[in-house]
Amino acid sequence: MSRIIATSAINGAYKIVGQAKEILAKAIEQKGKDCKVEFPNTGYYIPIIYSMTGRAVETLADLEQVMDEEIKPLMPEPVADDVWLPYLGPLLDAGMATLFAEEIIEACKYLIGPNPVDDIWLGAADDVILRERGIQFVDGSAPGFAAIVGAAPDVETAVTIARKCQERSLYVFMAAHHNGTTFAEQLVEGGVQLGWDTRLVPFGSEISAAIYALGFASRAALSFGGVQPGDFRRNLLYNKNRVFAFVMALGEVTDEWYATAAGAINFGFPTIADSDIPEILPTGVCTYEHVVSNIGHDQIVEKAIEVRGLKIKVAHIDIPVAHSPAFEGERIRKDDMYCEFGGQRTPAFEWLRTQDISAVEDGKIEVNGPDVDSLEEGGKMPLGIMVEVAGRKMQPDFEPVLERQIHTFMNEAQGLWHMGQRDVNWVRISKGAFKAGFRLQHIGKLLHAMLHEQFSSIIDKVQIKIYSEEEQVLKLREQAQVVYAKRDARLAGMTDEDIDTFYSCTLCQSFAPNHICVVSPERPGLCGAYSWLDCRAAYEITPSGPNQPISKGNSIDPTIGQWDKVNEFVVKSSGGGVERMSQYSMIIDPMTSCGCFECIAAVLPSTGGIMIVNREYPEMTPCGMKFSTLAGTVGGGNQTPGFIGHSKHYINSKKFIAAEGGITRIVWMPKMLKEDIKETLIKRADELGLGGEEFLAKIADETSATTEEEVLEFITKAGHPATALEPMF
Amino acid sequence: MEPKERSSNKASQEMIGRMAEAGQQNAWDRLEAQSPQCGFGKQGICCRICSMGPCRTTKKAPLGVCGADVDTIVARNFLRAIAAGVSAHSDHGRTVAEVFLATAKGEAPDYKFKDTTKLYKLAEELGVKTKDRQINEIAEDIGKIALAEFGKPEGTQLMARRAPKSRQEIWKKLGITPRAVDREVTESLHRSTMGVDQDYKNIIKHASRVALADGWGGAMLATELQDVLFGTPYPGRGEVNMGVIKSDQVNIIVHGHEPILSEMIAAASQDSEMLAYAEKAGSKGINVAGTCCTANELLMRHGIPIAGNFLDQELVIATGAIELMAVDVQCIMQGLTTVAQCYHTKLITTTDKAKIHGVEHIPMDEATALTTAKKLVKMAIDNYKNRGDVYIPNEKKPAVGGFSFESINYMLGGRFRASFRPLNDNIINGRIRGIAGIVGCTNPKVQQDFTHTTLVRELIKRDVLVLTTGCATIACGKQGLTNPKEALELAGPGLREVCETVGMPPVLACGSCVDNSRLLVSCAEIVREGGLGDDLSALPVAGACLESVSEKAIAIGQYFVASGLLVIFAKEILPVLGSENVCNYLFNDIEKDLGGRWAVESDPVKAAEMMLQHIEAKRDALGINVKKERKLYDMEERRALTV
Repeated sequence: MSRIIATSAINGAYKIVGQAKEILAKAIEQKGKDCKVEFPNTGYYIPIIYSMTGRAVETLADLEQVMDEEIKPLMPEPVADDVWLPYLGPLLDAGMATLFAEEIIEACKYLIGPNPVDDIWLGAADDVILRERGIQFVDGSAPGFAAIVGAAPDVETAVTIARKCQERSLYVFMAAHHNGTTFAEQLVEGGVQLGWDTRLVPFGSEISAAIYALGFASRAALSFGGVQPGDFRRNLLYNKNRVFAFVMALGEVTDEWYATAAGAINFGFPTIADSDIPEILPTGVCTYEHVVSNIGHDQIVEKAIEVRGLKIKVAHIDIPVAHSPAFEGERIRKDDMYCEFGGQRTPAFEWLRTQDISAVEDGKIEVNGPDVDSLEEGGKMPLGIMVEVAGRKMQPDFEPVLERQIHTFMNEAQGLWHMGQRDVNWVRISKGAFKAGFRLQHIGKLLHAMLHEQFSSIIDKVQIKIYSEEEQVLKLREQAQVVYAKRDARLAGMTDEDIDTFYSCTLCQSFAPNHICVVSPERPGLCGAYSWLDCRAAYEITPSGPNQPISKGNSIDPTIGQWDKVNEFVVKSSGGGVERMSQYSMIIDPMTSCGCFECIAAVLPSTGGIMIVNREYPEMTPCGMKFSTLAGTVGGGNQTPGFIGHSKHYINSKKFIAAEGGITRIVWMPKMLKEDIKETLIKRADELGLGGEEFLAKIADETSATTEEEVLEFITKAGHPATALEPMF
Repeated sequence: MEPKERSSNKASQEMIGRMAEAGQQNAWDRLEAQSPQCGFGKQGICCRICSMGPCRTTKKAPLGVCGADVDTIVARNFLRAIAAGVSAHSDHGRTVAEVFLATAKGEAPDYKFKDTTKLYKLAEELGVKTKDRQINEIAEDIGKIALAEFGKPEGTQLMARRAPKSRQEIWKKLGITPRAVDREVTESLHRSTMGVDQDYKNIIKHASRVALADGWGGAMLATELQDVLFGTPYPGRGEVNMGVIKSDQVNIIVHGHEPILSEMIAAASQDSEMLAYAEKAGSKGINVAGTCCTANELLMRHGIPIAGNFLDQELVIATGAIELMAVDVQCIMQGLTTVAQCYHTKLITTTDKAKIHGVEHIPMDEATALTTAKKLVKMAIDNYKNRGDVYIPNEKKPAVGGFSFESINYMLGGRFRASFRPLNDNIINGRIRGIAGIVGCTNPKVQQDFTHTTLVRELIKRDVLVLTTGCATIACGKQGLTNPKEALELAGPGLREVCETVGMPPVLACGSCVDNSRLLVSCAEIVREGGLGDDLSALPVAGACLESVSEKAIAIGQYFVASGLLVIFAKEILPVLGSENVCNYLFNDIEKDLGGRWAVESDPVKAAEMMLQHIEAKRDALGINVKKERKLYDMEERRALTV
């Protein structure tokens, strides 16, 4: 009966709030009230508190205020045995108070220990992870997450549950312990790789670590849902309707677990338990049932999915191992490897080409040469993967787009690992996969299935030829290399002037309703994931999708890059929010940003130049803001002259802020970004006569300057060419 | 008639018996003395409107002197009853608006705005600016707007905008969107005077309009403004029945309808000076209890106990333990005077609108409200020493009240997810079949409390959630039907499961009779929340009042019907049966115009069946009785969900 749950949960809430008070008092005693408190590298402060109340907690004193002004008023009276008052509302409030208190506990642990990041435990996810992983909950590549608390009865059961979740592309977020162990430790013992890459994320061994999962969810709503901090209702409904998560309680449900689960129900995340606890079956706050119990381990994943109301399409591919995006990040270390191909060890290549429809027999898979069972364990062999496709809508320009998917498709098979592309690819098959019966033909089978699955609108037939004889591989590789070179030349030579159609990308309008990307050959999408060719292919694949052709129309101003038809399109698809947009300027009508940008460029007025910071860089930048804070200024679909979000690739484009003088203006970049784009940047600087590597050295980084003044000092000394340019404004 | 036949409430039975033994009269005795009652009046076919009459229609003389036929006469009487009911609730609303405005202006120092959140919401709804303004400035604007709703020369009721769009369209099409309350009441009297409106359908159309001016106007404003002034009710515990009267304390009964008086008496009774004074008088405290709707108001907001409902007003005095009964307006029987004279009880009238011959009158003025209240409390204490023999029935039940629209919202989702979604969901999935509004009075023609509670038991047994107001609420309270623990056992399995989830009783006490507006607002919210059609008439909802007394009850019935709902009254109490045409229209054809209709049924079990049938028919029409496969969502479908 739910009264029992309400009683326990409210008790649990009092216990956790008590613990939070204790640790907060201790933290204040040790560090003082003004001590800064934060989760690492996030712009969302203490995220659940920030999302629900709008309070930007920065110090321990702020947490004290949260305790008094937010938590205290939420704490209800205990449930009476007789003449009780309605307890569902109070129970949910107590649940939310519990989450706030648990955030206080974890935040204090970052200050006074025990450090949440320890051994296998990862603690809070920073904003880089949020951006990279959170988007998957929005675009559908991750259908949801399972917040698993406690531990399975044995290692084998734990592994089975985790694998089932992975096969369904679900993330598994782990917290709390049961019977002296944790689900995460059980997985480690079972030889399962943990981490964001494998979607198996161990947050912490205490129940309070569950807030990292719920904090992640509430940040996803802020970041991708355009929800304002403090707008708790939209945040929670966003989670209920978009992020299909659930709590899986393994082991004895304590009062504290109940309290935390009550917090999760606010998000629309139900609890599915393996133990015999009371159930709450009537619907309303969650999509379906709220608490379902006594579910056997062999069906608990399926049951959880049903209770949450999730439809998961598991592509059935006729291969002896599982296939799911969750396996993409799994590595195969040398010791786990059965054999490998390519990677400078043997010749290898992968090549996708269009053939005449009569020349392709759909589903045909040829293996030319010996199979892997001819190898000893740890062996290697050459590998040529030739994919031939045909379809009425297929165009040669789509070949590289489709070919690039080979990497993802192969990686997603459990026990198969893939790196690189074209003729620098590197593939490994694990011992486990080999033992399960994985052979070369299965590479063909999975590529055939996945290409059909994702590109059925442009391709009708797919056949695959696998080569493993060195001579043959080398011969075909030469042919492939000719094609690669041709493609590169075409892409490199492609300019905005060559074509009369750009493509829009409104993929992100679900969370930045006014934003619209205009993708041209020389200005790829700001997320770095969409080139002009990608958009064109995407349009062909889904004609009514988020990538639409924009006929350029007449040029209004070639320097800043404005065209009448492009402007018209922008007005219409931004809902009137943006009237004009420049393709090549960050000062006059700059392009808006959704929030997915890889980098942000910002004017440093006194230097006459700009700084560029990449998402991975967590420290302070010379403009006085960290990436996360800057992102808040730039994102959300607003035009902010002097600031743009962009991809890394765009920096080396000839059209990179061409109106303002291009890369000549770059005066500061983090060292890591410099390294990342070094090769092409040097080339580009040479082209502009700025002196290649010499120019690179004139750009300040965090080792030489951390404030605008220091940047100015540095570039003046270095004789940076930006100092000689006209001011930007 | 035996006490057991008169009332189903044991405490009332005991007191009826004792009064009979003592040779004292009560309503039941007077009913007997009045019997047989006028058959023409019962059927609504007696016309006293002009001096050519009185006329009554018979087979032999089917027309009045003016030529009015039976349909006209019945319809006119029906309209006049409704207009009177509307005037009662709405005048209550006006009084509240006046106190509200006086409070805003600082002219009623003892009143404070207790629910400022609701005040801001109301301001937004009424288009009152709130930015950079003091609470009192905002409240003054609200008060002025509210007060204008009773007499403004142009425009329609602002609160009617709360109804679903589709409903507003229906009203607009029929030309019955209510205008100022006074105007609609005045027009009712005009239309029904001699020689004006003589088309029964046209008369009933105006009956809808004037009733709507109450339900979506005067009465709704009364509730809203009272909530801002005295606090929006949230669930709390209380006790119901005569056992709440205390043998060792000064007992004060507040009786009537407006919390303007009772709130102050409640406050005064907790005053330390008063408590000390009572102690000095040898009392262990000051016990304030309510009867009738005042009792509901106090239980809803403060958990102050309820001594009884309408028919108990004389009986409580007969306990000999009541030092003072303060009354304001509506449902105050003049018979109280006689009973009070048999005991030491001081009966005090407090409103200039409602004096009783021979009863001491102490007017309650908002400027000196607390002082007056203290005066009354002091009078009660002073009277303690005059108490004679006392007999207090040992009957009382715990109850949970306080189910306002806001608290239902909160109860179903807490602060963060408050909404009607769980209610809609569980109606859609069939755990709850539908909702019944059980409202109204207690009438000596019917065994007291019996039909209300029998009907309620039948309904909850069949998984219908009951929302109740007025004296019906008190009847339920006496029988433990508003106690979540006791009533749970009586609920059908589906309703029970939802009640267990939420922690609510299957019968929700929503307040006094003026608070029926809470039911309307809740129904509108159910429509807005979605999944149950786009108009009130689509909802699996029905209302019933089987023990009606007051004209207010008919007004309530008509505004429910005009809002698209089914309303059932006891056959012998609805005075329209004399006209076949009027009956046919009210019981059938009106549904084509308004989506709602009247029905008569005196047997509570049959009435429950009728309501169930209606509810199931609505469910069928909504298509929710067909078992659907669970919908599982892929990403595309999730994107289509609003956030």
